[in-house]
Amino acid sequence: MKAVARAHPLWLAYILHRISGIGLALFLPVHFWVLSLALNNAAQLDAFLTLSDLPIVKLAETGLVFLLAVHMFGGLRLMALEWLPWNAAQKTWAAAATAGAFFISIIFLMQAI
Amino acid sequence: MSEREIISVTVQRGGPDTPQRLQVFEVPAFESQTVLDVVSWIQQNADPTLTYRFACRVGMCGSCAMMVNGVPRWTCRTHVNKVLNGGKIEIAPLRNLPVIKDLAADMDPFFDKWVAAEGRHHPTRSRDDDIAAINPEQPERVVASSGIECINCSICYSACDTVAGDPDYLGPAALQRAWTLYNDAKDADKDTILDAVSGKGGCHSCHSMGSCTAYCPNGLDPLSAIAGLKRATTQRFFKGRAK
Amino acid sequence: MTPFHLYMAQRLSALVMAPFVLVHLGVMIYAIQGGLTAAEILGRTQGSVFWFLFYGMFVVAVSIHAGLGLRVVLSEWAGLRGTALNALSGVIGFGLFALGARAVWAVTAGGV
Repeated sequence: MKAVARAHPLWLAYILHRISGIGLALFLPVHFWVLSLALNNAAQLDAFLTLSDLPIVKLAETGLVFLLAVHMFGGLRLMALEWLPWNAAQKTWAAAATAGAFFISIIFLMQAI
Repeated sequence: MSEREIISVTVQRGGPDTPQRLQVFEVPAFESQTVLDVVSWIQQNADPTLTYRFACRVGMCGSCAMMVNGVPRWTCRTHVNKVLNGGKIEIAPLRNLPVIKDLAADMDPFFDKWVAAEGRHHPTRSRDDDIAAINPEQPERVVASSGIECINCSICYSACDTVAGDPDYLGPAALQRAWTLYNDAKDADKDTILDAVSGKGGCHSCHSMGSCTAYCPNGLDPLSAIAGLKRATTQRFFKGRAK
Repeated sequence: MTPFHLYMAQRLSALVMAPFVLVHLGVMIYAIQGGLTAAEILGRTQGSVFWFLFYGMFVVAVSIHAGLGLRVVLSEWAGLRGTALNALSGVIGFGLFALGARAVWAVTAGGV
């Protein structure tokens, strides 16, 4: 049987928000662990941070920045949609959220290179 | 048309007592044929044991809703040539509901949730009072009126992935009904409505994915109605704290 | 805690974080110029009450927000219900808070 049809803008905004949220939640423990190396092993932290010069790590970082930005804009879109008296412009909001996230990730990438 | 074209129709058969399986029927194409015509043709000419549900055939009763190529639709208002995919159609019972048999879904959970969302009238007056005059232009009335054309077909309920993931979720139709009554000047018990939609599976489970609004055949907007309930419960939360 | 309270906690923790995220994004874009070093990060944060409060509140909010967010995902996509759901999302929330608090302590107070 055919999969349920879902590919409309708001559903895509929903799945993007959920996947980015899961991705950030999985990343956070690693992020916290690396930073806490500073407590008693600054040399190891530095060794870890030199990894950030690798292009592949820069790409991964850019991905994380995108996840953070898209989750934040998507969340602000949700709260605007729920709490502000709104109209059918929600699709525009969804698009603007993604565009904003892209914008910030690209700035990050340009600075990183 | 001298030589009739043939449509290949895949139908989901079976129910709780028989294993579910897919059966393919070859159905002749006709002019202005609807998906309901196709299902009826199969039942009348190929297999009289095929079970399905319909009544009005003109998009008023909401009883012929099924999944057509993965999209919940009123089959009576869906032209075959609009959904034909390489000469094929797939038809299944409505999603997110138990199957009674073949294409007939059990609507009981859907109607039970309608009641659970407090989707019933709480009168302000008795039969001995005069009828209250309502101004149709009043903002609350405009909001209420925008949702009253719902005919309980369960298309939105079948389209919703939150319903699929959470069996307790009341669903778009029931919540839209609650929002309509909340905005109705003739409804006396707004707090009971907000309580009913604030519990387990209430309006706060909604993720605003908007499939309800995207697929409603009547062009209604349950997504906005549910957002309205979230707004109303949030406002009540902060006002309650201020007192 | 009713479902409504969980909803409010999720939304309010998000609202609190919105300015934090914007600042965090800005600091990241600024900090990665010329590469990252421990000395650079610690030079900015160590002994700073401002960054301690900033990242401290950020960690509290993100622990609540991620714990509640994963709670919904575990319920809808993994079918967890009742005690198992509450226990697991509690462990996630408190675990994130413990790890985050340790990280904030390490970069703001560790060397003092």
